[in-house]
Amino acid sequence: MTFIHKQAVIIGGGPGGLAAAAELKKNGIDDILILEREHTPGGILRQCIHDGFGLTRFGETLSGPEYAQRFIDDVKKQGIEIVTDATVIGLTRDRKVTAASKDGLLQYQADAVILTMGCRERTRGALSIPGERPAGVFTAGTAQAYINLKNKMVGKNVIILGSGDIGMIMARRMTLEGAKVQAVFEIQPYPSGLPRNIEQCLNDYQIPLYLSHTVTKIIGHNRLEAVEVSQVDENMQPIPGTEKRYDCDTLILSVGLIPENELSLMAGVELDPRTKGAVVDEFYQTSVPGIFAAGNVLHVHDLVDFVSLEAERLAKSVAAYLKEDLAPAEISIETGGLIGYTVPQKISGARDVSLSFRPRKPVRGCRVEIRQDETCLVSRTYPKLLPAEMETIDLPAGKLLSKSNIKVVTVDE
Amino acid sequence: MNRTMTCILCPNGCEMTIEYKEKELLSVCGNRCPKGASYAEQEIKNPMRNIASSVLVKGGDLPLCSVRLSAPIPREKIPEVMEEIRRITVSAPVSIGDVLAPNVLGLGSDVIATRNIEKLH
Repeated sequence: MTFIHKQAVIIGGGPGGLAAAAELKKNGIDDILILEREHTPGGILRQCIHDGFGLTRFGETLSGPEYAQRFIDDVKKQGIEIVTDATVIGLTRDRKVTAASKDGLLQYQADAVILTMGCRERTRGALSIPGERPAGVFTAGTAQAYINLKNKMVGKNVIILGSGDIGMIMARRMTLEGAKVQAVFEIQPYPSGLPRNIEQCLNDYQIPLYLSHTVTKIIGHNRLEAVEVSQVDENMQPIPGTEKRYDCDTLILSVGLIPENELSLMAGVELDPRTKGAVVDEFYQTSVPGIFAAGNVLHVHDLVDFVSLEAERLAKSVAAYLKEDLAPAEISIETGGLIGYTVPQKISGARDVSLSFRPRKPVRGCRVEIRQDETCLVSRTYPKLLPAEMETIDLPAGKLLSKSNIKVVTVDE
Repeated sequence: MNRTMTCILCPNGCEMTIEYKEKELLSVCGNRCPKGASYAEQEIKNPMRNIASSVLVKGGDLPLCSVRLSAPIPREKIPEVMEEIRRITVSAPVSIGDVLAPNVLGLGSDVIATRNIEKLH
């Protein structure tokens, strides 16, 4: 079988892949291919019909399909090749890409591979909730696809487990479509979604949010009949005696997203156990030369605007990579205190960078420092840091003292 | 009276502490931009929201077309506006921005399509 040569193959035609493609083209790279497994591009935005997208990227509030369409139109206008109904099933270290498509197997040899596969939802299986396996238990995204794309209402009497953003958005959506959403239960002592969604999706509709609670039993044989909910202690273990039964026909799970990195692993890309995405440098290059990653496959974002912006920065790096060597990234970034992770995880030191990070738990009035050789290079105070909100801190190259590793830490005031 | 509220205008989601008397805003702090103060005032007087839903499509490549309002409406009007949206049926093709119901309930906001729907051949 012959391999078709491409300068850049982009795996995934969601917001990350579309933004990367359009920006690559604008940076003088013409030989680009997007491979998309669904019938139409747009990724998860196709089913995210709520508004609030685009405030950062376009300065206006759009629904998901509108936001996606702007990038689809841009990609089409620039004549970028996109193959849909094509699932990538193989990726090698030397950048050979194999896809299963309606026209049979497609094989490409790419100079650069861009990973923009997005993420998946954590499922009931991953939570190990005891009970039978009745119908009526859905991840929030699956319920969203049924309701918004297929015109199938998933239930009438709903309990939501997990305070992720999609779960809260589905609480509002199902309420508006006539369902009774009884409550949202969150195992952690703080919400995992954005404060604005608690306000406009739960509070507006008097849907209570119970923190430090989880579902401990699923009851029902053919269809879900009820769930048992328990309070949890500080170690997130259910407290015996606190069990309460809630009759319901539907349980929606919004309990986390996991970057979808099976192809990355196949190619030998090193993953970061904290983000579950690739370890990258400031060029978004993974541990495998010529393979780059951005968007939710790299680390889960709160907002699509930041996915697009990250993918556009990636595209500039890939365009540079295709013309010249990139500076080697030898400075590793460690984390300390409440900092959960940073992206990138290593830098070259040759240029200014912006580090994305999340705290491991909510904290108010917090100072974050970037240190090298026991010296503070950058210090910034944040009024609040929430795990639900990705933050950034800038590190100008001129501040670096050496090529030793740097550390990003929170400081107790 | 005092209360805290989260501004929902942008992803910053500023947590604000406000002081108010009936429908009059006396003070606000915690907002990172002036929009926060006007949001707080609006919330006290008459909370405004945008909503998204979908309408049935005849002869399209998808059974539904997603819609939203062109401008926010009073929060208390959401149930009535949802009733209006439920009544709408459109025929393919539909383009993003098409007005499917102008000036819904006289609130000065249109129901607009947010998805392109192709005609099924």
